[in-house]
Amino acid sequence: MSAHSVTEPSPGRKRVAAALVVAYALITLLPLMWIFATGFKSPPDSIAYPPKIAFEPTLEGYVNLFTTRTRVTPEQLQALPPPDGLAETIVRNRDMVIAGPSKFGERFMNSVIIGFGSTFLSIFLGTLAAYAFSRFRIPLSDDLLFFILSTRMMPPIAVAIPIFLMYRTLGLSDTHLGMILLYTAVNISLAVWLLKGFIDEIPREYEEAALIDGYTRFQAFVKVVLPQAATGIASTAIFCLIFAWNEYAFAVLLTSGTAQTAPPFIPTIIGVGGQDWPAVAAGATLFLLPVLVFTVLLRKHLLRGITFGAVRK
Amino acid sequence: MAEIVVSDLRKEFGAFTAVQGSSFTVRDGEFFMLLGPSGCGKTTTLRMIAGLELPTSGTIAIDGEDVSQRPARQRDIAFVFQMFALYPHMNVRRNIAYPLVSQGMSRSDVAARVAEVAGVLRIEGVLDSPVGGLSGGDRQRVALARAIVRRPKAFMMDEPLGALDSEFREEMAEELRALHDRIGATTVYVTHDQLEAMQMGDKIVVMNHGVIEQFGAPQDIYDHPATLFVADFIGSPPMNLLRFEGAVAPGDAVARLGGASVALPALRQGARGALALGARPEHVRLGDDGPLRGRIEATEYLGTTQIVTVETGFGRLRARLPAAAQATPGEHVGVGFVAETLSLFDAETGRALRTAANEAAHHG
Repeated sequence: MSAHSVTEPSPGRKRVAAALVVAYALITLLPLMWIFATGFKSPPDSIAYPPKIAFEPTLEGYVNLFTTRTRVTPEQLQALPPPDGLAETIVRNRDMVIAGPSKFGERFMNSVIIGFGSTFLSIFLGTLAAYAFSRFRIPLSDDLLFFILSTRMMPPIAVAIPIFLMYRTLGLSDTHLGMILLYTAVNISLAVWLLKGFIDEIPREYEEAALIDGYTRFQAFVKVVLPQAATGIASTAIFCLIFAWNEYAFAVLLTSGTAQTAPPFIPTIIGVGGQDWPAVAAGATLFLLPVLVFTVLLRKHLLRGITFGAVRK
Repeated sequence: MAEIVVSDLRKEFGAFTAVQGSSFTVRDGEFFMLLGPSGCGKTTTLRMIAGLELPTSGTIAIDGEDVSQRPARQRDIAFVFQMFALYPHMNVRRNIAYPLVSQGMSRSDVAARVAEVAGVLRIEGVLDSPVGGLSGGDRQRVALARAIVRRPKAFMMDEPLGALDSEFREEMAEELRALHDRIGATTVYVTHDQLEAMQMGDKIVVMNHGVIEQFGAPQDIYDHPATLFVADFIGSPPMNLLRFEGAVAPGDAVARLGGASVALPALRQGARGALALGARPEHVRLGDDGPLRGRIEATEYLGTTQIVTVETGFGRLRARLPAAAQATPGEHVGVGFVAETLSLFDAETGRALRTAANEAAHHG
């Protein structure tokens, strides 16, 4: 018997396993499906009791998410020219007109800039640091690595007040740069440790071969180490992005206008013109998409064992 | 091609000294072996010549030019790694072309060179395959192709056959030696396998604990080991060492082991105290006229020869005899030696005494 031989499970056990997986998937997906469905409900349907499973879908939630609206009298409504486009029609059915765009687009872009910006920075710095820790003899490297890890040992929010005061003094409050730096600082320890693990797994001989073949250390790093660390970099990037994307507490505390991200913004929709759950659900649905797309795009890297078979162990 | 001169090379890793004061010369076109047990400093020495480690002190000169502190890429040498280190994200063709690309060679020249070395190593068929699916032998050939494609001054090989199956190793060893003879490149080859070293090398350096024990042609090292370590490390079974107390003077041609007189090559050096007589198994003769007495413990049949283990008053020794020779365990026999092949060691220092036979082999 080789170490790799595995007994083929019986068809019955396979069915049980499949049923368990499906059940688990349903449980985890149900809230997401609920949010997705709510985004397409009308406000009355969204708060109907018992909850409506079958409903007439409408884009009202999305329209409300992206616009600000003003209530008008029926007479004023009559006086207006015919509605221009679907959004206007939906709004007029509620005796309102579109007053202008909401802040959602802007806040969403802030999330993109800050989320991807801090992910990029964490990966960039993390890869260089991890490479150095993995390959060079660094004085006190164990202590330094522990220090880096220790920054992750308390909940970041514990230092919220000092950071708030510091940011106010430095003029970093409510700036993209400030938020990128903050999220990078939180993510970098994770990035260094994860990436060091991945780079440790890459045999040094590859770089040494490149050094012999006429490349500098940096060229060897870029052309030989990075392609092989791609899997590790991709999964680390996903972790960093998910944290930065979902972060709520610091975003509430440190941003209010120009650099406000989507997480603190979405709940504020509730306060505008009643509890507009479809608009909140629409915001949440759209907010999920970038991480989903990012993860799906990098999935190939996560699954590909590119070093398989190249080294004889 | 190039001559490599290593002088007083030393490497320390913190408190650990990996290589201490090594000096040797690799002549142009030589197939040079660094041989020793694991941890003896042979790989560190090779890596210093290649520029993958910088020496703590000492110099390395390639073609008269001191390169000790230069990075690997400026030394114009190639390196074949034990695990081949083929770039896993490139196919065979790109792997072989990679050293040329770094020199900024034109695309057509690169293609021509790759085709040429692929022909030499008979790997034209796999040029467009990913390296992951190759057999061990093909990987080895690709690694060699990547090394020779640049036409470097010298080749460094770190146990390049170590990762191959034993049946295949023999074939690759011959191929490697044939390739060397064809392109005549100076080659420094690290191995822990004494047979490989003897079979392929023009010259062998035997290292132990970071120190060079002996430096010479395979036959000199085999016939005239300079130290007890080399005597024991080289040869299978190793040299028999009969330990005794005594004294010898320059000019003596016998050693007195207790009451027995064993004829030796004339000594050029005297010693007293703990001594050891060294005899290769094939130079042991069993017969009634031998000066020593022993009892046959075991015989091991090897086809054309047999190894007979004999217990003597000075320790156990092994004799290599023709397979047809009569040897029965339990039998008492006389033990003699071929006098001119014997070595005598000072067991205190571990060094061989100079004799008429080994004078030529031991320089300094």
